Amino acid sequence: MKTQKLSTLAKTIRSKNAGVDLITFDIIFTERAVYERVKRAQVLTRETVCRLYGIAPERIADFVEFDPGNAIKFTIYRLRPSGSPGDPDIFGAQQYAPLLDVDVPME
Amino acid sequence: MRSLRIICPNGHLGFAPTREESFRLGVAAKPDCIAADSGSDDVGPIPLGSDTSTSPLGWQTHDLELMLLASRELGVPMIIGSSGDTGANSRVDLYVRIIRDLAAKHGLPRFRLGYFYSEIGKEDLRRRMRGGETVAGLEGHRTLTESELDATERIVAMAGVHPFIDLLRKGADVIIGGRSSDSCVFAAPAIHHGFPENQAYYLGKVLECASFCAEPYGGKETVLGEITADAVEVTAMHPDQRCTVASVAGHAMYERSNPFFEHVAGGTLDMSECRYEQVAAKTTRITGAKFVPAAEFRVKLEGAGKIGERYVGMVGIRDPYTIAHVDAVTGWARDKVRERFGQEKEGGYELYYTVYGRDGIMGELEPMRDRPAHELCILVQGVAPTAAMAEEVCMIGTRQMFYARLPEVKGSAGSVAFALDEVLRASPAYRWTVNHTLRCDDPLELFPTHMTTAGV
Repeated sequence: MKTQKLSTLAKTIRSKNAGVDLITFDIIFTERAVYERVKRAQVLTRETVCRLYGIAPERIADFVEFDPGNAIKFTIYRLRPSGSPGDPDIFGAQQYAPLLDVDVPME
Repeated sequence: MRSLRIICPNGHLGFAPTREESFRLGVAAKPDCIAADSGSDDVGPIPLGSDTSTSPLGWQTHDLELMLLASRELGVPMIIGSSGDTGANSRVDLYVRIIRDLAAKHGLPRFRLGYFYSEIGKEDLRRRMRGGETVAGLEGHRTLTESELDATERIVAMAGVHPFIDLLRKGADVIIGGRSSDSCVFAAPAIHHGFPENQAYYLGKVLECASFCAEPYGGKETVLGEITADAVEVTAMHPDQRCTVASVAGHAMYERSNPFFEHVAGGTLDMSECRYEQVAAKTTRITGAKFVPAAEFRVKLEGAGKIGERYVGMVGIRDPYTIAHVDAVTGWARDKVRERFGQEKEGGYELYYTVYGRDGIMGELEPMRDRPAHELCILVQGVAPTAAMAEEVCMIGTRQMFYARLPEVKGSAGSVAFALDEVLRASPAYRWTVNHTLRCDDPLELFPTHMTTAGV
């Protein structure tokens, strides 16, 4: 099956703190049709995110398909609050990279 | 009044300077109010714990000066929330002092300067806990215990619209706020002028991060929000930025776990039925927001506690065999710290290794940690009750990597490379201890307001 990388389909792929205990991820599309296609493909779900990041389902605090923004959004719990010693990403801003290479099947 | 217009020049005043061109355009549009929040818990627990700002005084003063001069020239209120990054009492006092000094420097005609504090004392909170109040944990935090309270240095409460409205009613021309929900900095003047809460809280939500609700991406630019009885319109002031349906709807997601709900003291903004409409090239109109008052008035608390003094060290590794066995290298050094001070934590110290080139940025979330790069950089952090001990922990934990014994390594003259053969003192280590909510009888009880004057 031919596939495309998520990074070629999405306008924005980002991560950021949502308070001190959570990191939230946004995948935003310019075109409605592309957003709908990625949703249909089921490549971004609670299950695929757990596999990609190697985390248990309980680590996912929220998973939302946000139609008004053509966006898929999920949020994970940190193991320790942001800024604790040893935390290498106080703002949670560089946690999205594995999403760039997610394969989306061509329809 | 049929509508109220507010400009926001900066989503976190002081953290990086306001861009002046779009601010001037915003002021030229003659808004009814100029407002910004100056805080964020993104900066980590150190500023709150150590009672400092992470923003430089020069940048804070620059932005306050721009806003104060424009607000006095237009004769409209200036409102600041979460003074000095944390909204602690010392930060409110700092901003009040800056405003007074600026007023004197520019010989501004006398005006009313209102301010409020947000700190809650540890003993006050302890009394409430012993009196039966549950300090409920947010986002996975357990209910607050007295031992966590003991470990806490300083606590701020997150104000809603209430102290701002109180000061506006008393005639404040400039308001300097303690820790506040950023949306409430903007919602307060709208509610004060009689606009419905549904629209007022949405106005705050969309303005709080300034140009982050506009495109193309570019922070620290001014945006203008206009509220009427049934809608909010938001307009980018920078000549090259626009507020579009996509940029405004997209902003609802920013920095929050759920894009449909925003919780503040006193209720929740429900954005699930919001409709977005492009009404002009740079302007989007939003209708359908709903504010749902809370059954119980609960205020969010933020607290930080000190762990200890901290030193950092840094080493590099190039040998591929050593890279493949980097955990044995750090393990060796950890053992040497253990021989000197005992087990981590029990021995009163903490030791952290961050392995850049392998999983330094993502840690346990890194899917590629089994494919390290051809060279690694390891950041070492030693934390202990005294600076001398932290230095020794970090020094042993760094230098002993040089002596790590790997069975088949070819290089036997040193296992790591030093760019600096020393360890450096860093800021003390703090942690977030309080991320909780507390019930209050009176929306103002944690936020005492004060009024003074400034100018000549």
